This record gives sequence, C-alpha cells and structure tokens, in this order.
Amino acid sequence: MHRTGDLYGQFQTLEQQKETASLGMWIFLVTEVLFFGGMFLTYTINRSAYSTAFGIGSNTLDIKLGAGNTVVLIMSSLTMAMAVWSAQVGKKKLVSVFLIATLGLGTVFLGVKAVEYKQKFDHHLVPSRNFDMKYHPTHPMPGDDLKEPALEKKEVEEAFAHDPDINAHGQLYFSLYFGMTGLHALHMIVGAGLLLWLIKGSFAGRFTPQYNTPVEIVGLYWHFVDIVWIYLFPLLYLIDRHR
Amino acid sequence: MSEHIVSPKIYIFIFASLMLGTGITVWAAFQNFRQYNIVIALAIATIKATLVILYFMHARYSPKRTQLVIVCSIFWLAIMLGLTLSDYDTRPHEMQPGEGRLVQPTPAHFLSV
Repeated sequence: MHRTGDLYGQFQTLEQQKETASLGMWIFLVTEVLFFGGMFLTYTINRSAYSTAFGIGSNTLDIKLGAGNTVVLIMSSLTMAMAVWSAQVGKKKLVSVFLIATLGLGTVFLGVKAVEYKQKFDHHLVPSRNFDMKYHPTHPMPGDDLKEPALEKKEVEEAFAHDPDINAHGQLYFSLYFGMTGLHALHMIVGAGLLLWLIKGSFAGRFTPQYNTPVEIVGLYWHFVDIVWIYLFPLLYLIDRHR
Repeated sequence: MSEHIVSPKIYIFIFASLMLGTGITVWAAFQNFRQYNIVIALAIATIKATLVILYFMHARYSPKRTQLVIVCSIFWLAIMLGLTLSDYDTRPHEMQPGEGRLVQPTPAHFLSV
C-alpha cells in the first residue's frame, strides 16, 4: 500500500487516519456490547426466575478473590491509559513500562480466575453429572476456612426447602458464571496477545506523539473488557450477600 | 496535531473514583436494601462504566461521530434488553409464590390472556 511515513495513502492527515481507526474500533465494540448483552439478558431472565438458586450459587464465590480481581483489572486500565499518555507525549521508555505493567496485571487477573475455577471443580459446582450444591458444605476441602465455609449446611438446606430443584437451577447459575467469565477471560487472553504485539512495537520505538494509533485502539479494547467486568462482578459475586 | 491529551492527574482521579465505587458496591451488597440492592449495584456499575468511557476511552474528547456510535450501542442494547424483557414479563408464565421457579404454561393460561 502507498504510504508516506506513517500516513497511508487513503488519508489526508494523520489525525484523520487516527480518527478513522478509532471509529472502526468503536464500531467493533458496539458489536461486542450486543454480544455480551445477549448473555446479560439470559442472566437477567434466569435470575428473576430462579432467584434462590442464583443467590446460593453467588454465595459460593469467593468475594475476596472477586473484589481483588476487580481492583487488579481497574489498575490495569489505569496503566493502559498511562501507556497511551506516554506515547502521546513522546516518552518512549514509559510506553514499554506501562504496557508491561498492563500485561502483568492482566496475567494476575487470569491466574486468580484459574484458582477460582479450580475451586469450583473441587467443590462439585461445575455443571455436569457431579454437580451437587450439598457436596461442599459436607466435604470441606483442605485450605477451606472451617469456621466460615463459603456455603453453610443450614443455608443449603433452607434453599432446598425453598426450591427442591435447586441442583438443576444452580447449574443454570454456574453455566452462566462459567460462560460469562469464560468469555470475558477469552477477551483478556486476546488482549494479552495484543499487548505482547504492542510491547514488541514499543521496544522498536514505533509509538510517537505523531503515530500511536495501535496503543490507542488496543487501549479502547482493554477498557471495554474492564467495563464488562465492572458489571460481571456485582451481578455474579454479590447476589444475596446480606443474608 | 490537535488531539486532546488527557493528563495523568485526571487518570489517577478517575482510578481513585473507580476504587471508591468498587468499595461502595461491596459494602452495599452486605446491607439489606431489599429489592433495591440490585438497583444500587447496577447504578454504581453504570457510573463506573461511564467514567471509564468518558475519560479512559476519551469519549468526552472524541469527535461527535464517534460519540454518536457510542450512544447508538447503548440504544441498541436498550432495544434488545427492553423488548425481550417486556416480552418475558407479559407472558402467561406465573411465578409460584415462594418456590422461585417457572410454572409450565397450560392452555388455560393462554385463554385467560
């Protein structure tokens, strides 16, 4: 393609080129909003129909890990925004530093997510033939806080009295939990790949005040993934916590 | 270039606000506001998302064309959520009191509508 420096032939100015690129990214993000929106819709309908099972399912999640991960992800958004700023003001070294920090925080998020998923497998809370909400309260795992189990036996028995099909409805909650957080994690993995590509470019000194479009539009994507988590955290982790 | 550069001070202020919002969400989840717990949680999440869009994603400083695209995404999402939920809400399924599960519709349900 014909290009002069960083300016591709079809554009008149670098500014026009950059606005076009970010408009394109925003249009992609609109499709992502609707993609995730479908899952939030499914969640809403099922939660209103099976509120007992959703409440008890939510209470099995580790709120410390969830809140900690929220903090980690928002921090990664801050470092991503700072990477964009560093590129805009021409601090080339700082671009690399902030991009690596963003990748590091994103990796921490995924690691914590893996720990949480493993707990769900250990507790028989993954939708399958082994799914049993009664399993964990009667089979404490090594590492569980015995004084304060995630789900108390009494709570589960009350929930069963309330909704005899809770094992079926609980699987709906956990299907949505794994579906929504899994899709979110997949986006994080794609984002991590994009960050690696940016880090490579930043080491080559590609991003300057005149040309930093890749950092800017990967930033848009990264912040979007952050927004999805901002909604996922209260919707999945914080149902019926006050009981 | 005439692009707007958002200063690190603003980024850090937004970050601090997002942390505060996360703290308030967790605190509010442990209070009993009855049916308003979910409203409060969603309101805080929406404020946080708005801050991210306006400042981290530079929507506030973007061309009007880009802002229109953002508003459109919210509009389309509202169509999808609003029309589907109002459909579910007005179907002849009935919640059985206290059981928290859907009752299969019978022909009588449809005749009564």
